[in-house]
Amino acid sequence: MEVNIVEERGPSELIRFENIRKVFPDGTEALRDVSLTIPKEQLVVIIGPSGCGKTTLLKMINRLEIPTTGEVFVGDKAISTIDPVELRKTIGYVIQRIGLFPHMTIEKNAALVPNLKGWTKDKTTARIHELMIMVGLQPDQFLPKYPLELSGGQQQRIGVVRALAANPDIILMDEPFSALDPISREQLQDEIKYLQEKIKKTIVFVTHDIDEALKIADMIVVMKDGRIEQVGTPTELIENPFNDFVKNFIGIERINRKKSIGKRELQDFASYFDREWDSHYLEVEASMFVEEAISLLENESTKGLLVKRSNEVLGFVNQSILLRAMLAKEEVV
Amino acid sequence: MSSFMETLQSRSDLIQEAFIQHIYLSFIALAIGIAIALPLGILVARYRKVAEPVIGITAIFQTIPSLALFGFLVPLIGIGTKTALIALIIYALLPILRNTYTGISNIDESMIEAGRGMGMTRSQLLWQIEFPLALPFIMAGIRTATVLTVGIATLATFVGAGGLGDVIYRGLQSYNNSLVLAGALPVALLAIIFDFLLKWIEKRATPKGMRMRG
Repeated sequence: MEVNIVEERGPSELIRFENIRKVFPDGTEALRDVSLTIPKEQLVVIIGPSGCGKTTLLKMINRLEIPTTGEVFVGDKAISTIDPVELRKTIGYVIQRIGLFPHMTIEKNAALVPNLKGWTKDKTTARIHELMIMVGLQPDQFLPKYPLELSGGQQQRIGVVRALAANPDIILMDEPFSALDPISREQLQDEIKYLQEKIKKTIVFVTHDIDEALKIADMIVVMKDGRIEQVGTPTELIENPFNDFVKNFIGIERINRKKSIGKRELQDFASYFDREWDSHYLEVEASMFVEEAISLLENESTKGLLVKRSNEVLGFVNQSILLRAMLAKEEVV
Repeated sequence: MSSFMETLQSRSDLIQEAFIQHIYLSFIALAIGIAIALPLGILVARYRKVAEPVIGITAIFQTIPSLALFGFLVPLIGIGTKTALIALIIYALLPILRNTYTGISNIDESMIEAGRGMGMTRSQLLWQIEFPLALPFIMAGIRTATVLTVGIATLATFVGAGGLGDVIYRGLQSYNNSLVLAGALPVALLAIIFDFLLKWIEKRATPKGMRMRG
């Protein structure tokens, strides 16, 4: 029996949470009345501080967690009516601690779900080879190896291959890159973004790293204390944070942490400046460091800065313009 | 030394019979011990709440001195092979049970989560993931149980179940040191050989991909 999700889903929405509450046996309320729609073929990032319920929400999609009340729909089907084992075979799953099986070769690991689904050997092999090449690992070289022979980054690439192997419509990723070193993490973020554009899957991605979210997401869901605070595109969140929590979470001050940008001069970002301004904004020099500008902008009374080189005004910046410039610049670099 | 060789020759029928009996007792006890302890270990690993009491009970049996345990069993069951087997099984249980339990419950939680999340059933998880990963532990438990059983089976003679203990006991009664040795040496040899053999199997049972872990 194979659950067919493709036929039954609506035109643009794929996963729908309806009034989900989750109370754990010890009484903690992980989710309080969460309703959310996840459109298909989008990379949706669920983000929030630890304990906000983001992983619980993710695990409800493959029924590793069961809502106390409420219902999750995949396509038009309430998932409580689908056999969990069959459901999970149609949903890719990448976990934080990678979870490759050390006693199986890479090939066996990657082919696990196709084998569970009873694919023919030829079909499985062809698919695995195709995916290995897609994530940049030589099939002939890596397939006979064992997980412990691979680096963390390589292992998680196999984790992604394993999740994609049976060609699921939905892929769940639970902080997949958080255990990796910064370089592998950045690489894998780029790859997953590229991969998603290429294969058009619906990816639900949980993270606590806002930089990661802003970098890869089509849509971000910000959560706190079991509730959704805001849903929007990265740009929407930056420009219109719904409340202080989101504002602080997205916060411009976090850019200070990125030394590479904080130490750059304002004029590097001149092309993003607004050309219209009022005269009563604070005037600053174009050679000012970004981090200085940020600390000025954090001051409540300063709504924006006029950036000047000699006596010529280059343009106007406020928090959201600066943030957008950072993001755009980050992608270019 | 020459008297020892003479004894071996003149009593070869007795020694041979006792040797076979000894192996028979040890192996039946082990087979039944594995048949009980292995599924039980898997079961208690699944229901951890009962693990402590179940392992606790087998541990209590383990602390009873072996001669005393044979003594307890005689008034209850009488003498004979059955009594010896029951005592030996009781001793074989704990190492296998404890190692199976430890092996399975020590498996990294992320393995289980990954398996479940990919749509493995309970039994697929058990046979494809949990069992192979726990196998080195389980084999180590079986090895301990084997060496233990081969040794304790020497006491089977006191409940009339034969074995190499017979030879030793007869030797002691007739102050015949050569005969004592003719019983004791094969026991020691058996224990060493099985230990060696099972150690080798244990190594082989470690999945190749896991032998690389430094």
